Amino acid sequence: MKQILSLLAGVIFGIGLTLSGMTDPSRVRGFLDLFGNWDPTLAFVMGGAIPVMAVAWLVQARMSKPAADTAFFLPGTKQLDGKLAIGAVLFGVGWGLAGLCPGPAIVSLATATSITSVGTFVLAMIVGMLLHRMVEDRL
Amino acid sequence: MILPGFPDAQPLPGLIGGMLIGLAAAIMLLGLGRIAGVSGLLARATGIAESGPPWIVALNFVVGLVLGGLLYVLAFGPVEASFPPSYPMLAAAGLIVGFGTRLGSGCTSGHGVCGMSRLSRRSILATLLFIGSGIATVAVVNALGGGW
Repeated sequence: MKQILSLLAGVIFGIGLTLSGMTDPSRVRGFLDLFGNWDPTLAFVMGGAIPVMAVAWLVQARMSKPAADTAFFLPGTKQLDGKLAIGAVLFGVGWGLAGLCPGPAIVSLATATSITSVGTFVLAMIVGMLLHRMVEDRL
Repeated sequence: MILPGFPDAQPLPGLIGGMLIGLAAAIMLLGLGRIAGVSGLLARATGIAESGPPWIVALNFVVGLVLGGLLYVLAFGPVEASFPPSYPMLAAAGLIVGFGTRLGSGCTSGHGVCGMSRLSRRSILATLLFIGSGIATVAVVNALGGGW
């Protein structure tokens, strides 16, 4: 059941990203081009996703466990720290450079005509995650 | 539907696509008790992260993302997308995104959608910071004539 639900969630997530135009890096870049030719589409995507998920959180608060598992596994950290801030700033730099974040990059493996472009980004992204893993104990 | 002042914007597909993303995140939360954070799930699926959902659950989500894109293309035809032309820039961006999302514990999905809707202070800060640094990056690249 867990496997079917996560596959289904991935498929719906992928369709949503494609339909919303978020698999087009130039459109995402357009949202970040606030001082140029600004494209507000990404704000509508967030405006569609966040209220739906806010309702899900209200439902979650009344559930003792999720439908297909024995407990909720949710982030408990509340502390704001340097890692969070520096990581988010770095992510934003890469996001602005390429107009790609992890979700749309993975979906683009199926939708993009330029497989070498998206393939380069996704491979580099996985290498970046590996690099973090190698140094995280020293951070 | 055209947004006044922004002829290129796609407000309606954006809104509907966003609701689908919210639905998918809701399935992960209410069905599996997990956050639908793509960077974390990818790290788990590739074996880079040791904690998180069972490996197969993360892998299925990532495979589902690709499958979702594929189904969309099969049903509605090719989607418009233009990528930055520079491979060194794509590689550098990928490296920074991979490292940064792990260091910052999330990306647009985990912090932007799941955390913001939970009113998590960490996620609100992270989202403001990555949108801010993304805007600054695009402005700098444009000023240096590197836009595409």
